[in-house]
Amino acid sequence: MIGNVIKYEQDNIDTDVIIPGTYLKIHDYNELATHAMEGLDPDFPSKVKDGDFIVAGKNFGCGSSREHAPIALSTCGIKAVIATSFARIFYRNSVDGAFLLPIEVDDETYHKIANSDQLEINIEKNEIKNITKNETYAIKPFSEIIAKIIAAGGLFKYKK
Amino acid sequence: MNITEKILARASEKNTVSPDDIVFAKVDKVMVHDVSGPGVLKVFDKLQKQGIDTSKLHDPTKVWIAEDHFVPSAEKISAENIVKLSNFSKKYDIKKHFKYGMGQYGICHTLSHEEALVNPGDVYVGGDSHTNTTGALGAFACGLGHTDVAYVLLNGEIWFKVPETYYFKLNGKLPPHVMAKDFILNIIGDIGNDGGAYNTMQFGGTGIDEMSIESRLTLCNMTTEAGAKNGIIESDKKTVEYLNQRGATNVSEFHGDTDADYSKILEYEASELEPTVAKPFSPDNITVARELSSTELDKSYIGSCTGAKYEDLLAAAKILKGRQVKIRTEVLPAAISIYKRAVKDGLIEIFLDAGATVGPPTCGACCGAHMGVLAKDEICVSTTNRNFPGRMGHVESQTYLASPQVAAASAVTGKLTDPRDLN
Repeated sequence: MIGNVIKYEQDNIDTDVIIPGTYLKIHDYNELATHAMEGLDPDFPSKVKDGDFIVAGKNFGCGSSREHAPIALSTCGIKAVIATSFARIFYRNSVDGAFLLPIEVDDETYHKIANSDQLEINIEKNEIKNITKNETYAIKPFSEIIAKIIAAGGLFKYKK
Repeated sequence: MNITEKILARASEKNTVSPDDIVFAKVDKVMVHDVSGPGVLKVFDKLQKQGIDTSKLHDPTKVWIAEDHFVPSAEKISAENIVKLSNFSKKYDIKKHFKYGMGQYGICHTLSHEEALVNPGDVYVGGDSHTNTTGALGAFACGLGHTDVAYVLLNGEIWFKVPETYYFKLNGKLPPHVMAKDFILNIIGDIGNDGGAYNTMQFGGTGIDEMSIESRLTLCNMTTEAGAKNGIIESDKKTVEYLNQRGATNVSEFHGDTDADYSKILEYEASELEPTVAKPFSPDNITVARELSSTELDKSYIGSCTGAKYEDLLAAAKILKGRQVKIRTEVLPAAISIYKRAVKDGLIEIFLDAGATVGPPTCGACCGAHMGVLAKDEICVSTTNRNFPGRMGHVESQTYLASPQVAAASAVTGKLTDPRDLN
């Protein structure tokens, strides 16, 4: 999976900035996408391209259980969020609903990746290749069940 | 095994479980509301297109529905979501649907205890992150997204990684003017807003034994703000009595083993706690209320599942009695049952005499949706649980999280005020 980076050098990017509460009444995925990241970066929907990755610091997606958050990001074209850690419900929603890949990396990798870098994510090898910088980084491996749900294409396609 | 492990072992039909084990737990109770319900229906639509049968729920008697986030409807999309919920309960024969404007209704987490919908030892999941609240009744209570809730509705079970448990021990009784809200804000300040991530936060000790059920609910409610999977307090006689008073039958206590393991034990002395405030823009950004006494406010908000239970209203009313508010003050009881009690006991009259506005139960302003959202640069003290940028309205508004006593005292002075300093 190859894509370009939109980086937010920030911890605790919460669900209220990913998709503000006033839009929780909306369940049309395309409409939600027009408000993605509105609380932090209102230009996001216009600058994001299909296949892009978000890179951010720790505790990405903290706050609410709103599945609107991974839905809005994935409908915009985001295929993965690369962060040093994730809040649990955002993580679960991303995987169980098969919206995007939540990829955990260490602090050093987070600092090395820059905005607009082109990356290739390889979850079989647990590595990220930075094509722009010609560097390779390790991904924290998925736990067994997460890997299986991702491979199945979401919780409903996963067989126990 | 501690109580969380023991509940998950029972629910997954295993003799024993340990942290990091993956289990499929049978779910005893499921909740959706006017945000997650329509979200689940959207998942059902997708499943139908994939040929998955969504014509029957696993067990509709385990399901209940709340209308809370966007009620009373401010515009047509919200109104249509309420219609979707009505069709949903009709189609799947869900009897427990608490409709606004038809007797008892309120915030989903408040209904979970006011209506005795969850018992000690239950596995309870809800389509809302603050589902953790109800762990105060001795249940495993955990928030999930739409896909997971849809899975539970259709299959009656869901996967969990067995969490590690952090045990927070409170020694002694909270001093006057210090509330459960102050205690949980101190904990979040100490461990950080991801300090409980993926784990259980369990509360115990003499301070918890002394605490009312409603105070315990405040503690578990805000375990979400530390990222916890669940908050939990072992049931006792008070729990059983509380549930029985609200119409429950066959309630029995459910306990962890007395020699259970905890990953961490953190002790707090109640006598050392003070009225505390979380500054913008994170619930872990805390300081004592007295340090902020020069902070001028535009509004005081006494509402939400965190801060508008009966005892929250009572604490605020004691402060507002015979006084006048200096800033816009909004009081919204968290459920109709609480509202009725507040009317009967004269609390609503006290609020109105003080100049505050009293509104119907809703999550509206707490999540920045409607019914009192903040304008740019407005500053609010609030009994709610989150203060991220834009949480209660404009992204450049500010929310200070505090107890009902601090919110009431601040309403009187117009500045952030420690209730102990009120003349």
